[in-house]
Amino acid sequence: MQSPTQTHHTDVYYVPSSSIWPIVGSIALLTLAAGFVLYLGKVAAGPYVMGAGVAILATMLFGWFSTVIKESLAGKYSDQVDTSFRWGMAWFIFSEVAFFSGLFGALFYVRLITLPSLGHADLVWPNFEGVWPSAGPGLNKTITPVGAWGIPALNTLILLSSGATVTWAHWGLQKGRQAQLKLGLALTVLLGALFLGLQIHEYAEAAFSIRDGIFGALFYMLTGFHGFHVLLGTVMLTIILLRAMAGHFTPDRHFAFEAVAWYWHFVDVVWLLLFVFVYWI
Amino acid sequence: MYTATATDTHGHDHEHAPTGIMRWIASTNHKDIGTLYLWFSLFMFFFAGTLAMMIRAELFQPGLQLFQPGFFNQLTTMHGLIMIFGAIMPALVGFANWQIPLMIGASDMAFPRMNNWSFWLLPAAGLLLISTFFVPGGSIGGGWTMYPPLFIQGGIGYDMAILSVHLMGISSIMGAINIITTVLNMRAPGMTLMKMPLFVWTWFITAFLLIAVMPVLACAITMLLTDRNFGTHFFDAAGGGDAVMYQHLFWFFGHPEVYIMILPAFGIISTIIPTFSRKPLFGYVSMVYAVASIAFLSFIVWAHHMFTTGMPVAGQLFFMYTTMLIAVPTGVKVFNWISTLWRGAITFETPMLFALAFVILFAIGGFSGLVLALVPVDIQLQDTYYVVAHFHYVLFSGSAMAIMGGVYYWLPKWTGHMYDERLGKIHFWLTAIAFNITFFPMHFLGLAGMPRRIPDYALQFADFNMIASIGGFLLGASQLLFLYTVVKCVRGGAPAPARPWDGADTLEWTLPSPAPYHSFVTPPLVK
Repeated sequence: MQSPTQTHHTDVYYVPSSSIWPIVGSIALLTLAAGFVLYLGKVAAGPYVMGAGVAILATMLFGWFSTVIKESLAGKYSDQVDTSFRWGMAWFIFSEVAFFSGLFGALFYVRLITLPSLGHADLVWPNFEGVWPSAGPGLNKTITPVGAWGIPALNTLILLSSGATVTWAHWGLQKGRQAQLKLGLALTVLLGALFLGLQIHEYAEAAFSIRDGIFGALFYMLTGFHGFHVLLGTVMLTIILLRAMAGHFTPDRHFAFEAVAWYWHFVDVVWLLLFVFVYWI
Repeated sequence: MYTATATDTHGHDHEHAPTGIMRWIASTNHKDIGTLYLWFSLFMFFFAGTLAMMIRAELFQPGLQLFQPGFFNQLTTMHGLIMIFGAIMPALVGFANWQIPLMIGASDMAFPRMNNWSFWLLPAAGLLLISTFFVPGGSIGGGWTMYPPLFIQGGIGYDMAILSVHLMGISSIMGAINIITTVLNMRAPGMTLMKMPLFVWTWFITAFLLIAVMPVLACAITMLLTDRNFGTHFFDAAGGGDAVMYQHLFWFFGHPEVYIMILPAFGIISTIIPTFSRKPLFGYVSMVYAVASIAFLSFIVWAHHMFTTGMPVAGQLFFMYTTMLIAVPTGVKVFNWISTLWRGAITFETPMLFALAFVILFAIGGFSGLVLALVPVDIQLQDTYYVVAHFHYVLFSGSAMAIMGGVYYWLPKWTGHMYDERLGKIHFWLTAIAFNITFFPMHFLGLAGMPRRIPDYALQFADFNMIASIGGFLLGASQLLFLYTVVKCVRGGAPAPARPWDGADTLEWTLPSPAPYHSFVTPPLVK
């Protein structure tokens, strides 16, 4: 059926030689998990072990990405390798979509099924309305949600603008205008940081905590994981900015930039859904 | 049938394998990493198998003999969790690592370093999971499904198990991204999608399932973690949460998960049966569409695990009918395997014996699945030994025996030696017979109403339980022969020719045995 014959390709798919970074990464995550367990078990050393885990993880990420950047700059990556990176990033973002789908699934399940059915459980909780937003029938808490048209609306504007600035930076990169690239990236990083600052302010001002029933749990879980992704995106954008300043990107080869831009747009879309379904309606 | 065919004509770069411990710790070679996966899964198979032996020892006679009920719960929970995440899944990823690059003519996986990380997260996760036996409060006893509220009440071991599953999930997602990218981007020129061996197709679709559902599991268990430790009320009705919501999230992961464990097994069987029938696979295109259909259906059947939890009648009907629909593409596969055998020049080497047993026994498991799909019947059988019998017919005589068959099939390519055919056949017959002695009586026990996950039982169940326990001990002991046969083959044996099976026509058989450390550095041209 399949009869192979030899062909001669000029560029061979780059297979790196052995690397210690993956095992360092495993040690980092195990240390982090062990530290977290100690922390949960109220052992005083817990946070320190977690700190060590984060430090090892940071070292690993720095070392691993340095290696990849060096290989990339040395021209070891063929177009086929570049395509692998594109597929890899796309499927990684798909896995993130699946993660947030689970969280949004929980939100819709509670709003459409759980709360109405608890509202009808008159034998157990005769006075419970079962209307979103709610802290549930047993906690005796009233929820005053964060209004959509204050900080959340401003944050929507900020993130949408940051999507525009990162695209503007990309145009600059494609047309060889390095100044536009750097300015666009710097603006995007600033907008990301501004978003995070406002989000922290919103948390500090909020009249409810993560312990306040299902609304508090879902609100902080959804916005918290999103905020964490914004934080990661901002850090990655900062690194891309530093690399842009070091002149790493050319108009036709700059997938690192594009990968972070894809990620940033993904985080943006998640925020729009959050704005509509958590803050607004 | 060991006809040597002179094949290897490739002028490969014969770079030798690195030596010492760093070869394994820092490897970027898909064959070495595949080997690591396979040994890891074999170790975990024996560990979780030992737990199963303890379960069968307790159930040998009615009454509490050996273990307290709490510890018995830990045994069943850890047996399930480790077999699924530690044995079956890593074994199949091991096959993917070894075989996918060889079968599509790629030099390695798309991301060799990430491949290494995917593997080395597993020992970390395994360590975290197994060490739960030694912490205050003991290991987890809430069942492998980790349902609240039980799972919210246990000790620190429960948090460790959650974090361990997180690590295994990260490993699975990275492994799946690697596989899907390899299939999409690393195929040799001329290897179009519809020319790919079916094993590659099944893993391609499995990888998609993994990326789609592992993050949902991560969601669900993260909520467990915060409910346990940070005062959230996701699964607590008093706070407006819902324990049933956990079940929905879990089974939205859990049902695709069972196909994650069976689809690559289908791929292995679809490779072995044509080889030893000396005929091409019957209905290749319909096989591809059947796998894709099963994958699609896996997303819309999850609540059949929850018929007794409570849902509207419309929901029960929907999930009952979608579940029964799965029989259609599965039937397509079974009939195609049988049609492949039809008028074939069949020989019965060990891999073929496992494959034939798979078709028969997996079909039994499929049929008992159809029985369980019927809502009124399921309400009777939920959480009985009938369910235990059903999922061991699909997971042991399905996935695990396909894995064993695949190991025998590819051992000559992996090691360069032929395995001992006589020992392989003895291992097969012991396994197939002991398996049925263990699990067939459980159908009767379940129909008679014996509940699972309970260390004691009513007297009328005593005979069948004793039979099942005797079968279980035999099944466990037989796997030591498997270990011996594999080790013997790794250490020596008759040199394997490049293509020891004369019906085999996939690309890996064009390479010498053992496959060189670096293969297809320049891709072959597939016509």
